[in-house]
Amino acid sequence: MWKLLKYMKAYKKEAVCAPLFKLLEALFELFVPLVMASIIDVGIAGSDQPYIVRMCLLMAALGLIGLVCSITAQYFSAKAAVGFAARLRHELFAHIQSLSFSEMDVYGTSTLITRMTSDINQVQSGVNLFLRLFMRSPFIVFGAMIMAFTIDVKAALVFVVVIPILCVIVFGIMLASIPLYRKVQERLDGVTGITRENLQGVRVIRAFRQEKKEMETFDAENEALVKIQMFSGRISALMNPLTYIVINGGLVVLLYTGAVRVNGGVITQGAVVALVNYMSQILVELVKLANLIINVTKAIACGNRIQSVMELEPGIVSGTAATAETKSKSWSGTEASAAQRQEANDGKTASGHVQAPKVEFSNVNFRYKNAGADSLSGISFKVEKGQTIGIIGGTGSGKSSLVSLIPRFYDVREGCVKVDGIDVREYDLQQLRKKVGIVLQKAVLFAGTIRENLLWGNETATDEELREAIHAAQADEVVFEGKGGLDAVVEQEGRNFSGGQKQRLTIARALVRHPEILILDDSASALDFATDAKLRKAIRELSGEMTVFIVSQRASTIQYADQILVLDDGEIAGCGTHEELLEHCGVYQETYYSQFPKEDAE
Amino acid sequence: MKKQAGQKEIMKKVLDYIRPQWLLVLLSLLMAAVSVALTLYLPVLTGNVVDHILGPGKVEFSAIFQIMRTMVAAIALTAAAQWIMNVCNNKIVYTVTRNIREEAFAKLEILPLKYLDTHSSGDIVSRIIADVDQFADGLLMGFTQLFTGIVTIVGTLFFMLSVNAGITVVVVVLTPVSLLVANFIAKRTYSMFKLQSKTRGEQTALINEMIENQKVVQAYGQEEKVQLRFDEINDRLQKCSLRATFFSSITNPSTRFVNSLVYTAVGLTGAFAAVRGAMTVGQLSAFLSYANQYTKPFNEISGVITELQNAVACAGRVFELIDEEPQIPDKEPEKQLPQEIGRVSISHMNFSYTPEKKLIQDFNLETKKGQMIAIVGPTGCGKTTLINLLMRFYDVDSGSIKIEGTDIRDLKRETVRSAFGMVLQDTWLRSGTIRDNIRTGRPDATDEEIIQAAKEAHAHSFIRRLPEGYDTMITENGGNLSQGQKQLLCIARVMLCLPPMLILDEATSSIDTRTEIKIQKAFHTMMKDRTSFIVAHRLSTIRNADVILVMRDGNIVEQGTHRELLAKNGFYAEIYNSQFVNTR
Repeated sequence: MWKLLKYMKAYKKEAVCAPLFKLLEALFELFVPLVMASIIDVGIAGSDQPYIVRMCLLMAALGLIGLVCSITAQYFSAKAAVGFAARLRHELFAHIQSLSFSEMDVYGTSTLITRMTSDINQVQSGVNLFLRLFMRSPFIVFGAMIMAFTIDVKAALVFVVVIPILCVIVFGIMLASIPLYRKVQERLDGVTGITRENLQGVRVIRAFRQEKKEMETFDAENEALVKIQMFSGRISALMNPLTYIVINGGLVVLLYTGAVRVNGGVITQGAVVALVNYMSQILVELVKLANLIINVTKAIACGNRIQSVMELEPGIVSGTAATAETKSKSWSGTEASAAQRQEANDGKTASGHVQAPKVEFSNVNFRYKNAGADSLSGISFKVEKGQTIGIIGGTGSGKSSLVSLIPRFYDVREGCVKVDGIDVREYDLQQLRKKVGIVLQKAVLFAGTIRENLLWGNETATDEELREAIHAAQADEVVFEGKGGLDAVVEQEGRNFSGGQKQRLTIARALVRHPEILILDDSASALDFATDAKLRKAIRELSGEMTVFIVSQRASTIQYADQILVLDDGEIAGCGTHEELLEHCGVYQETYYSQFPKEDAE
Repeated sequence: MKKQAGQKEIMKKVLDYIRPQWLLVLLSLLMAAVSVALTLYLPVLTGNVVDHILGPGKVEFSAIFQIMRTMVAAIALTAAAQWIMNVCNNKIVYTVTRNIREEAFAKLEILPLKYLDTHSSGDIVSRIIADVDQFADGLLMGFTQLFTGIVTIVGTLFFMLSVNAGITVVVVVLTPVSLLVANFIAKRTYSMFKLQSKTRGEQTALINEMIENQKVVQAYGQEEKVQLRFDEINDRLQKCSLRATFFSSITNPSTRFVNSLVYTAVGLTGAFAAVRGAMTVGQLSAFLSYANQYTKPFNEISGVITELQNAVACAGRVFELIDEEPQIPDKEPEKQLPQEIGRVSISHMNFSYTPEKKLIQDFNLETKKGQMIAIVGPTGCGKTTLINLLMRFYDVDSGSIKIEGTDIRDLKRETVRSAFGMVLQDTWLRSGTIRDNIRTGRPDATDEEIIQAAKEAHAHSFIRRLPEGYDTMITENGGNLSQGQKQLLCIARVMLCLPPMLILDEATSSIDTRTEIKIQKAFHTMMKDRTSFIVAHRLSTIRNADVILVMRDGNIVEQGTHRELLAKNGFYAEIYNSQFVNTR
């Protein structure tokens, strides 16, 4: 939590002024009982009416000054708290964006979203409350005590006893209820989880007639929640009665001491009234203080959760252009930078100059975070520029893992992946990913218009280029047959499009960027065969320069690739053209004939 | 969206929920009255004590001791009453919210899918969780503060009047000023709060969208642009929250200021009265503490009322869900199905999700027991809709679906659904162990049967390799499994129940073809004598179907076996041949 306070820096002035003004207000408040005491002792005792009026005016003036101070304080604290939260949100969002896929996998998106929203809101209100009250309440408590001392030391000793007892009670109850509060939250999360799961799985639940069982599970979880809520409620219910007893018990003792002192002629009747007043001020402030502490504890818990996200190191750090450069020097022995060398590659393909393969995997072993075994092992292959590579293999054979290493979504455990002869870890990430157009399995569109979605691929694309991409992605009918064309509205997550439509639009988005490497990660699975075939044809025609990776379950989809990688359980089971594999590779044969029984394939 | 029920109606419903707790409510009210009365009595006692402390040597100790005994008793009683009240309130509120939640959840189970499909699940979850929580907070506050507040006001008035009527008038006249001030500010800030929550909603939507799909954002290097959009909203949010927070926080100091004026006025008039000898110093001190106590409940009540309004609005949202029209209840008594099930006939069926967009029109189909019915066609042509209707997730608009000659609307939904085993493209697993998931359809299955089913579904080998085998916990919606593995589990789940008919909606779309073939074989054994409906893209898997229905735009355009359809050289043949298009 404390590390987060650095985002408060810009609001230092406000953060200091807010409590100061609050303090001023409190100071004026403390004078009120004194004024009242003198009204009683001087005004009433001496029947001095003008004096009473003067003193009352003084009280009103104290109130007015208090009002001004307080409003000023409120302004400063609101500004500091809101500004701090805004800054924190900005930083946290930026940080989350910098996290790599591995961390996202581990943390899960829903947690991150809660951190971004409700946790930060809690912190904001916690900071606001804290700035306003953390000085004021203790100040009034101790201030009232000191004022009591100025009236009469012996009577004031009652305060010295009462205040610590109160503190013990207040803090004791709080310490006991904070962990309970956390448990309540956990239980509530449980209830939320069941509800959400139930809604997501409604079809399966009904198909398997599990409604009753679901209700039972829910009721049990709900019951557990209520139990812990009641338990923690019972503990905090002790707070009021206990403090009441202590404060008023103190009052009785105070009255007695006061009586003795007055009897001895040490203090006046008015002073006793003032002492009583101070006692009640303490009560009010302690309640506020307890409330403050509860809120601040909640805020600190939230802050700690935010902090733990902030502390997640992005597992993937962008390489610097400089390292890529030096590396490229040592690799080719020339002075050329990565970019220059690449140009050289483009230009001198035929000149006999050694050209690096477009993509090269050498001895790659890869393991997901927290996984027990490698998902890919011993993968080595080379792909020349302009080739089409088909990747086929069973469920969980590592196809997606393999292609996600190219844009460096994950880092290899051993070995290396090179693009244009340079290790992907040495590239500037943005630079690397600009080369790659990847279409993920899950087709995702964003709220906005179709045009806005496609421009993600390349901001500077003209409508003409967008149309071309749409055409190649076989999405003409999706875009141009509906209302609105390119400006048609896309709802959140692209809900208003079917799976197949979304897939085609995401492919178009990748094509808009004219990537050097295009990766289709099983991204045409929702398309029927005819559309799929047309799509592949269009992509071929689009550019001979583009290196294309096609991941698929369908043999027909990758059949005509220049090179087919057959993956089996994270290892390469075969590599070659369709014909070669059909002859030598058992796994491929099995796959192929399962889809094209021999009679058809002839 | 239906118009929200009026506040009165909602309050009435809330009272209905509270009614069973009436004993506790009564006790709580009683305790509140006791504790307030005693709390108010205390300043009087204090004042009496002060009046006995006249000056040096003139303190009447015996009288003081007597009063103090009463004080101690009053303090003890008050504390006890407060505690009992708090405990009662807790119990009332949490019982009520538990019941509401339970009822809301039970409602979820009988809402028509039409409702669930068209309402965002996030919204429904927030009604059951967040709204009920808000409601509980509001109700608890209402119970603890509203009643004690009112009793305090009345009690204070009574006590003040009994001491001095003139000063009481001063207090009564001045106090509403603080209410007016609070009200004035609240009205002004309402629109600011609304703007704040709107902006907050906008930001949350963006956060949701972008973090949920961060992979795409990163793949396209859009981090900076997204950040810019975020910052723009963030800046707006900062501005409007500052306004809302600041202006609403003025309320407190302002009312406090008014209160201090009241205090001063009491001091002034009281002091004059004391000078005249109309009241004692002790009475004045009692009055001063009343002046404090009298204004406080007003502020509290105004706070409680806003909170209660909020609570009522939240309750309204939950009740809206609870009062939603449930699915048409099952007919009683239901007709009986024969032992052997397998014949499904659909006649003249029409169906559409929305009246404007016609989907399935005049659909007819007759199946015999043991037949395999395959449904093919381009995306969005209504294949999944057909399954929604067969399972009676939706009801047909007109025409009928009959199982063994009985209209499925004359059967219990349970009966219809138990006749089918279903594997969907969307693989949903509950959080729990793998074993629990497979067991879903048959809770009494033995471990051997579960393993057997998993073996048939070819899921056994991957399950075995998981860290804890069949006891491996599946996280929410199977996050730790691959899509294909999830499908295998869904298949095992059905394999275990062995229902008379099967529905496979792209059930193997994420499974590699080699495994698929093996599963097909398992299904084959299973499907012998079982009528099955299979939706597929991959035509290879359905070549042996008895009937292939070719759908296009909600209609069956062709119907026949693989060979017949090929010979016809129509739409099916077109789709089929496209598999072999040379794309080079």
